[in-house]
Amino acid sequence: MADTMAQQRGAQHGATSPGDDGEPRRDFLKLVAGSFAAVGVGAMAWPFIASMNPARDVLALSTTEVDLSPIAVGSAVTVVWRGKPVFVRNRTAEEVQAARAAPLSQLPDPQADQARVMRDPWLIVVGICTHLGCVPLGQKPTDPRGDYGGWFCPCHGSHYDTSGRIRKGPAPANLVVPEYAFTSDTQIRIG
Amino acid sequence: MSVFGNTVRATFRATFRALALGAGLLLGAGAAPALAAGEATAIPDHRFSFEGLFGTYDRASAQRGFQVYKEVCAACHAMKQLSYRNLRELGLSDAEVRAIAATVEVQDGPNDEGQMFERPARPSDRFRSPFPNENAARAANNGAYPPDLSVIAKAREGGADYLHALLTGYSDPPPGVTLMDGMNYNRYFPGHQIAMAQPLNEGQVTFHDGTNATVEQMAHDVATFLAWAAEPEMEERKRMGVRLIMFLTILGGLAYAVKRRIWQDVH
Amino acid sequence: MAIGLHDSDFKNPVVRWIDARLPVFTMMQKEYGTFPTPRNFNYFWNFGALAMINLMIMIATGIFLAMHYTPHTTMAFDSVERIMRDVNYGWLLRYVHANGASMFFIVVYIHIWRGLWYGSYKAPRELLWMLGVVIFLLMMATAFMGYVLPWGQMSFWGATVITNLFSAIPLIGPDIVTWLWGGFSVDNPTLNRFYSLHYLLPFVIVGVVFLHVAALHITGSNNPLGIDPKGPQDTIPFHPYYTIKDSVGVVAYLVVFAILVFFMPNYLGHPDNYIPANPLVTPAHIVPEWYFLPYYAILRAVPDKLGGVVLMFASIAVLFVLPWLDTSPVRSMRFRPLAKWFLVLWGICFLVLMWAGGKPAEGTYVAIARVATFYYFLYFLVILPLLGRLERPLSLPESIARPVLRGGGPLPAGAAAQPMEKA
Repeated sequence: MADTMAQQRGAQHGATSPGDDGEPRRDFLKLVAGSFAAVGVGAMAWPFIASMNPARDVLALSTTEVDLSPIAVGSAVTVVWRGKPVFVRNRTAEEVQAARAAPLSQLPDPQADQARVMRDPWLIVVGICTHLGCVPLGQKPTDPRGDYGGWFCPCHGSHYDTSGRIRKGPAPANLVVPEYAFTSDTQIRIG
Repeated sequence: MSVFGNTVRATFRATFRALALGAGLLLGAGAAPALAAGEATAIPDHRFSFEGLFGTYDRASAQRGFQVYKEVCAACHAMKQLSYRNLRELGLSDAEVRAIAATVEVQDGPNDEGQMFERPARPSDRFRSPFPNENAARAANNGAYPPDLSVIAKAREGGADYLHALLTGYSDPPPGVTLMDGMNYNRYFPGHQIAMAQPLNEGQVTFHDGTNATVEQMAHDVATFLAWAAEPEMEERKRMGVRLIMFLTILGGLAYAVKRRIWQDVH
Repeated sequence: MAIGLHDSDFKNPVVRWIDARLPVFTMMQKEYGTFPTPRNFNYFWNFGALAMINLMIMIATGIFLAMHYTPHTTMAFDSVERIMRDVNYGWLLRYVHANGASMFFIVVYIHIWRGLWYGSYKAPRELLWMLGVVIFLLMMATAFMGYVLPWGQMSFWGATVITNLFSAIPLIGPDIVTWLWGGFSVDNPTLNRFYSLHYLLPFVIVGVVFLHVAALHITGSNNPLGIDPKGPQDTIPFHPYYTIKDSVGVVAYLVVFAILVFFMPNYLGHPDNYIPANPLVTPAHIVPEWYFLPYYAILRAVPDKLGGVVLMFASIAVLFVLPWLDTSPVRSMRFRPLAKWFLVLWGICFLVLMWAGGKPAEGTYVAIARVATFYYFLYFLVILPLLGRLERPLSLPESIARPVLRGGGPLPAGAAAQPMEKA
C-alpha cells in the first residue's frame, strides 16, 4: 500500500510532467549523464578482459629457435613452440620427390609442396592433427607413418604425406606450417 | 628518534595529502607511514624527471643508469624481476637488446642428454643473477646479502631520493664513531654503518653519450634506472589517471546537475 | 491471473512473464524503486551504497588477480611482480585491489561514525547494527589474510604477530596457533589456507550484507533527525531521489580512489612489503595496515599479553552491546547537547589510537595510547549508560517534513494531497 502511494508520488515527481519549463533540459542532462556513466562502465570492463589475454612474458616466449645441424637426413625432431609440438623433418630426396609427384587434384586440401617449405629438405609443421587436435605418429623411426609415408594420427586414422598434407581420413586440412625464418643455414626461428 | 625518510617525498606527498585530507576521507593517512627504526639523517629531496603528475622517466638518464648497473652493481646485486626485453621500454632497439642479452650466458636445460647447459641469453630471459642463491651471495660478501634491486625503489622509504642519497652519502666517519670490521660509513644509511663499500667512483664508467661520469651523475642515473625498474607502469598509470580524473570531473558535474534538477521540487 | 502466479504490475510481456513466476522485478521495484525513504538524508547516507560498490570492486578485481597469483612461498612474491609487469593491466587490478581495501575501511569507518552520531544502532535497528559489526569483523579477517598473500616482509611478520595473539589463550593457546599455521611457523600451509579463506570470506560478507540490507528494509532508514517518519510527507521514493544522490557520492568517491590508485598507489602501504618474506629477519618496526592501527594500539597499551588481546577483542565486542548501553531514547546527537561532545572526544581518541598504533611502543606513545584506550571504553561502558539518565535532550521536531521545509513553503507535489495510508 505504501508502495502504490510512493509510485504515484514518484510519477508526479518524474520527468514527464508537462508544462515545466525545465523539462527538456533535464531530459537532455539525464541522457548525457547516463551516456557518460555508460561509457565509463564500458571502459572499466576492458582492463578485466585484457588481463585474460596472453601476458607480456608469454608473448615474449612466442618464438622458438631450433638448431638444425644435429638432424640427420631422413630423421625428425619435435620442438615445443607456444606449448605445441612442432615437427622439424630433414627429408630424403625420395620423400621430397614423393611429395612433389602427388597430383594436386587428388588432394583433399590442394597445396603444392613448394608452397609449404622454404628449403627443399626441411619440412616444418605444427604437429597437431587438424581433425580434433591429437598429435600424429611418425616422428620416431619405429612409429607407423601411414599410407603416404608422412604421419599417421592414431585417434581417428588420418594419413599425412611427406609434405604434411592430408591424404586419407577425417582430417579436413593439411598440417599447419608455422611462421618461421632461417636465421642462418643451420638455424631457424619459429614464430 | 628521527623519522627515517619522513620528510622525503614531502612535496610529492603534501599535494595529495592535502587533496585527500580535504576530502576528509584519509582519516589515518597521517598515522599510516611506518617508520624504520634506527638513526638516520633526513633524506634530501633530489630532483627527478619522473616526479609530479606528468613526470616521465628521462630515457637517456635511465639508459646510462642501466650501464652503471650492468658495469658496477650487477657484480653483486641481482634484478631477477626484469627481463632483457624490458630494456626496449627504455628506448633501446630490438637489435641492441639482443646484443646486450647475447653477451650474457644463462643456464638452460635439461637437453636431450639430461644435462643443464649454458647458452647466450635471449631478450625473453630474466637478468642473470650474479649468485645462484642467497647463501652463495652472503658467502661471497662477508655474510652481508646484497638485496635484489628489481623493486628496491619501492622497498625503501624515500625511494629514488634515498638511493641517490645513499650512493652519494659515503664519507669518513665523524670523530668518535668507530666502525665495525668491514663496515663503511654512510650518512644516509640507517645506523650509518653499511657493509657495501662505496660503489661509485669518479669516472668509473665511460658513458656512450659522452656524459661526464661524476659520482653525482652516476648516482642520479642509476636511481632513475632503478625507479623505472621498480615501477615500469608509472607513465601509463599517471596518463590514465589524469584522463580518468578529467572524465570523473565532468561526470560528477553532470551527476550533480541531474541531482539538483531531480531534487528541486523537494527542497 | 493463474493460481499460484504473482500478480505483476509490469507492462512489458517478458518482464511480466518472469515477474509472475519469480517476482524479482517487483522486489527490486519495491526495495530500490518506490522504497519510502526519509526525505532529509545528508551525504553521510551515501556511505552504505559506497561500501556496497567497494565490495563489488574488490570481488571483481580479486577474481581476476586470482587468475594470475600463485599461492606458494617460493612463487607468491614473484607472481605478484609478474602481475605488475607482464599481465595486461595487472598493475591496475592490483593497485585497485590493494587501495580498494583502504578505501573500503575509509568508507566503512565513516559509515560506522554515521551510525554512532545519528544513533542508528538504537531500537528498532539493533540487529541491523549487529549485522554491520559482523561485516566489519569479516572485513578485518579478509583484509588481514589478503595482506599476507604478496608474501613480503610485512605480510610474513604481520601474519606471525597476529596469529601469535592466539597463543595468549591459556592452556590451549599454543596448540591453536600450531593449528592455525598448519606447521610450526608461518609457512606454505599457512599461505595456502589464507589464500583459500581470503577468496571465501568476501562471499560470506556478501551474504551478511544481504541480511544487513534486508533488516534495513524492514525497519526503514534512520535519518539525521533520528525521528521516525510520520507519514508520506516525510518520505520520498528511493528512486530517483537517492539513486541520483548516491551517484553523486559515487563519483566523488571514485575521484579519491583514483588519486590513490594512479598517483600514490603505495602511499598507504609499507615499503618493507616489497622485500620478499624472510623468516630469519624481522623488520625493525612492524606495523599493521593503517586501518588496524587503533586496535593495535589498544593491544600494546596493556602490559599483559592476555589482557591486551582480550581488550583488543573487547573493543569490537562492545559494539555488539552498544544498543543496550546507550540508554537515551533520543537517537540523533543533534538533540543531545552533552553526549555529542563525549562522542566527538571518543572520535578523537579513535584517531589518537590510530596515530599511536603507528608509533613505536615506548614512552609517551604508550601512555597516550593508554589514556585513549581508557576513554574508548569509558564512553561505551560508563558515559553512555549514565548520560541517558542525566542528560536533558533538546526538544525534538514534530516531524521530518517541518524543519526541512524552509519558511513553511509549499509541500512537494502530491505529498500533501495523498491520504496518509502508511501512517
